[in-house]
Amino acid sequence: MLTALLVMSGIAIVLGAVLGFSAVKFKVEGNPLVEKIDAILPQTQCGQCGYPGCRPYAEAIASREADINRCPPGGEEGIRKLADLLGMEFKPFGEDTAAPKAKAVAFIDENVCIGCTLCIQACPVDAIAGAAKQMHTIIAAECTGCELCVAPCPVNCISMVTLPETAQTWKWQYPVNDKVASEK
Amino acid sequence: MLFHFHGGIHPDEHKLESSERPSARAPLPSRLIVPLQQHIGAKTKAIVQAGDKVLKGQMLARADGMVSAAVHAPTSGTVLSVDLHAVPHPSGLPDLCVTIEPDGEERWIEHAPLDYRAMPRAELLAKLQGAGIVGLGGATFPTHVKLSINPAQTVETLVLNGAECEPWITTDDRLMRERAAEIVQGIEILRYLVNPAETLVGIEDNKPQAIAAMRQACTGTDIQIITVPTLYPTGGEKQLIKVLTGKEVPSGVRPLNVGVSCSNVATAYAIHRLVNHGEPMISRLITVTGSVRTPQNFEVLIGTPVEELVKFAGGALPGSNGFILGGPMMGLHVSNGQLPVVKATNCIIVESAQLFPPPPAAMPCIRCTRCVDVCPAELQPQELHWFAKSTNFGKAQEYNLFDCIECGACNYVCPSHIPLVQYFRFAKSEIWAREREKRAADAARERHEFRLLRIEREKQEKAEKLAQKEKAALAAKAAAAVAPATDSAPAAVQPAPAAAESAADGATQSRIQAAIDRAKEQAAASKEKDTDILTPQQLAEMAEIEARRADIREIAHADAKQQQEQQ
Amino acid sequence: MSQPIELRAAPHQHSGRSVPVIMRNVVYSMLPICAFSVWQYGLSALALLLTVTAACLLTERLLNRASAQPNTLNDWSAAITGILLALTLPPAFPLWMGVVSGFVAIAIGKALFGGLGYNVFNPALVGRAFVQAAFPVAITTWVPAFATQRFSELVPSTLTAPLMMPPDVTAWIKQQSVDAFTGATPLARWKFENVAVSANDLLSGAATASTGETSAILILLCGLYLAARKFMDWRIPVAVLASAAATAWLFQLYDPAHYPSPLFVLLSGGLVLGAVFMATDMATSPVTPLGVWIYGAVIGVVTMMIRYFGGLTEGVMYAILLGNALTPFIDQFTQPRVFGAQKDEKP
Repeated sequence: MLTALLVMSGIAIVLGAVLGFSAVKFKVEGNPLVEKIDAILPQTQCGQCGYPGCRPYAEAIASREADINRCPPGGEEGIRKLADLLGMEFKPFGEDTAAPKAKAVAFIDENVCIGCTLCIQACPVDAIAGAAKQMHTIIAAECTGCELCVAPCPVNCISMVTLPETAQTWKWQYPVNDKVASEK
Repeated sequence: MLFHFHGGIHPDEHKLESSERPSARAPLPSRLIVPLQQHIGAKTKAIVQAGDKVLKGQMLARADGMVSAAVHAPTSGTVLSVDLHAVPHPSGLPDLCVTIEPDGEERWIEHAPLDYRAMPRAELLAKLQGAGIVGLGGATFPTHVKLSINPAQTVETLVLNGAECEPWITTDDRLMRERAAEIVQGIEILRYLVNPAETLVGIEDNKPQAIAAMRQACTGTDIQIITVPTLYPTGGEKQLIKVLTGKEVPSGVRPLNVGVSCSNVATAYAIHRLVNHGEPMISRLITVTGSVRTPQNFEVLIGTPVEELVKFAGGALPGSNGFILGGPMMGLHVSNGQLPVVKATNCIIVESAQLFPPPPAAMPCIRCTRCVDVCPAELQPQELHWFAKSTNFGKAQEYNLFDCIECGACNYVCPSHIPLVQYFRFAKSEIWAREREKRAADAARERHEFRLLRIEREKQEKAEKLAQKEKAALAAKAAAAVAPATDSAPAAVQPAPAAAESAADGATQSRIQAAIDRAKEQAAASKEKDTDILTPQQLAEMAEIEARRADIREIAHADAKQQQEQQ
Repeated sequence: MSQPIELRAAPHQHSGRSVPVIMRNVVYSMLPICAFSVWQYGLSALALLLTVTAACLLTERLLNRASAQPNTLNDWSAAITGILLALTLPPAFPLWMGVVSGFVAIAIGKALFGGLGYNVFNPALVGRAFVQAAFPVAITTWVPAFATQRFSELVPSTLTAPLMMPPDVTAWIKQQSVDAFTGATPLARWKFENVAVSANDLLSGAATASTGETSAILILLCGLYLAARKFMDWRIPVAVLASAAATAWLFQLYDPAHYPSPLFVLLSGGLVLGAVFMATDMATSPVTPLGVWIYGAVIGVVTMMIRYFGGLTEGVMYAILLGNALTPFIDQFTQPRVFGAQKDEKP
């Protein structure tokens, strides 16, 4: 009887020590789930989800506050990836969310621009170059296409331009000759 | 001693159609469409405009960046346009081309042979880039990059690729038969550049005359001509290196990493033309074969439209339905004869339904493993196909998708007629696109986070400044209480007259205020040290100027609007 | 500007060898075996072969229709399943049961998984396994080869009314002038009577067996044809037979009095037929070079284990089904080195 008790408590102590040790040793800083969700989000920082950026939205998803179908720039594939990550069902975009659009970049009509810097203020990724009273220009390579700069412009000189496909961005299509594929 | 690589296939050769006629010089076409990007790598910068007169060999576009190669005028004439034109690219997307109307005089730009032995290596390589020399085996990788060897690397073997394993194509065969001596001179230049311990020329055993001609041209040199068995794709760079040296070039590294440098015999010839004659790459040998009256090899100016070239070969036979640029295994199927030939074009096969029947509908994979048997990269094409099909790209990469050389051997043998190569290309380009997106997202995240950080910092700085001001105000008050002054205070608080004027318009006022604030922030952001030194007086002055400017803008803008409305 | 380039990817040439060509050749290669079994067992075997094959083809067609898919009869794979299944059934097997097994083979063994190429198990063996469980008596009721009236009349059990149990065939067998028919297969005789049938009998086809199992030499010749024309992976039958023979040899070393010779093991039962025609089914066997050998070896050893220690006299069927089930794992763990990969890189 006593031996059994001793053995059991011995095991309990050893296991407890192992658990405690690993808790310290393999401690994960921060909330890894938020990081993972944030990695899936497209980083447009457009706020279309109702949160002031991708990371806040990621935090909201992680705490199950927000649905996974609120990110139009991520597209349906983004929802699918989030669903996979979180072990949830795929959810189509809700009616209150904007429909996904083709990737576009902002374009400033420099003849109209008055150099008011409002768009620079609005840009979440500092993709607009220019100073007060200077013409502003979008750095197309850095622009995420969030459209946040369009509304603040007092002279409506910013428009969204869809990027044309080039030989560099062109992709091979899914084979069309495949009978099985067409049935899918 | 020869080695062998795994797999490979023996498709019908169809070489005799074009290999037994001597090559001819193609006549001048009615116009030349020279694409500005004919190599793998960075774009070029056009240096001519519509209306310019150009001389033969004159540079049309200069290389921009390291992995880039210049483009030259193939003949003398007038530049008709520099704009978008259809080019041989699988996307079908147009690209920048210089269209030249030949004047028929073929006037050369000044050019002279190079004394390469008196030239530092780097300079000779720069000459190659400036002359637009790219690999003519099909990949068109800029040759000067391929030959740039860092000091830590030594080249044991220089491999010259004369295998020409794809069916139908006979350009290298004819070139080696007719211009062996020139090729050998080109090889000598290559040897000077990479300084190899041994030089091997691999030629498939279905080209006995070419082998004989090259052997003869090489007598007295220590260049070895090696006959390799005919097997597709022996002409693949990694495959030929394996056959000749037994070395396997690992995934994702250049042959130089295993001490081998590999070039095509046609590239060696082009180098000879440049170095010993001063001619940039403006023409190449192209096989015109398939459903044409007289299949033959032609020395063709780059930019010649496919259709005109086919006419030189007696024209297409009835029942032709398109062209293959390149060989039947890896070539590009096009239906537009207006496309120009480019540096990469080694063959034009005129198609007909008889020669190249359209593939039947694909059936499910039955795991027969014929594809595994023939894959020269020793991959599992049937597994890769599953992963590509289900867009499981991570798994596809795990199964070494990127080692696929797209030789088409698996596709050739697949009894289910599954378009395997297309699946692999789809998966590869999809993965690349995703990596691009990922990089863009990461950059955006970084920039956003930096921005948040900056705003936070600015807020702090502002708060600090405010606190200082308040302190100063309190101190002033205290001083005033002690010794009441008469006229020092009003000057400090008096608002700028411009601001006062516009106070009527509340909206404008607030916008200006915002603009002022932002201007300050902007200044703070860009030159925080300067702002630290600024006195409150200076700041007020600045604000004044800013406000005045904003007002002028507003007025000007209102005027413009009015004018617009009137119009 | 018009799209100048159609999306027709290279390569533009094809070897010309298609799935129907492969399948048709497998069917051709089985025809001599069918002919031999008809010569041995007469009309009953012929009726069984035709009925089971027809049942398979019909099931395939009906399921095509039901799922609104294109006709897949012309890929010849259903025909292979039908013939193969018939060859593994006893010659006097009731036809209606043959129809059931054919239906199960195609409907459950193949269509349920998604059709050709998607099936996990060899469809013919799924059908065989089903009737083995459903009709244990009928599947072990044997008739002698070379019965005198085999070309003039059917064995009574062949025409059993649907859903009925077959009648006793001992009386019919007695009418035939065959010498010393025991009604048991060589494997059963070894297992239960400890009698080893002579190799001569085994080779000549005189031994009691399923319709297509009797002539090992003929089957091997047909397999040789397939292997020579590269319609079949020769490594699989070699691995199966070698591992079975090696196992038998080890056991015989251990106890020569009890365990039979490797030759007996190879020639008796359905081992050769299974090794050549069933284990080699492309869709259900591994694809990696090493995997193929492992797969064959597993089948050979498991067959011998079932024969020696299991309740059944023959174990080829279950061994192959087990091999089929293991195939994805074998493939996964035997991924070969790719070109250029250093040896130490591979995990």
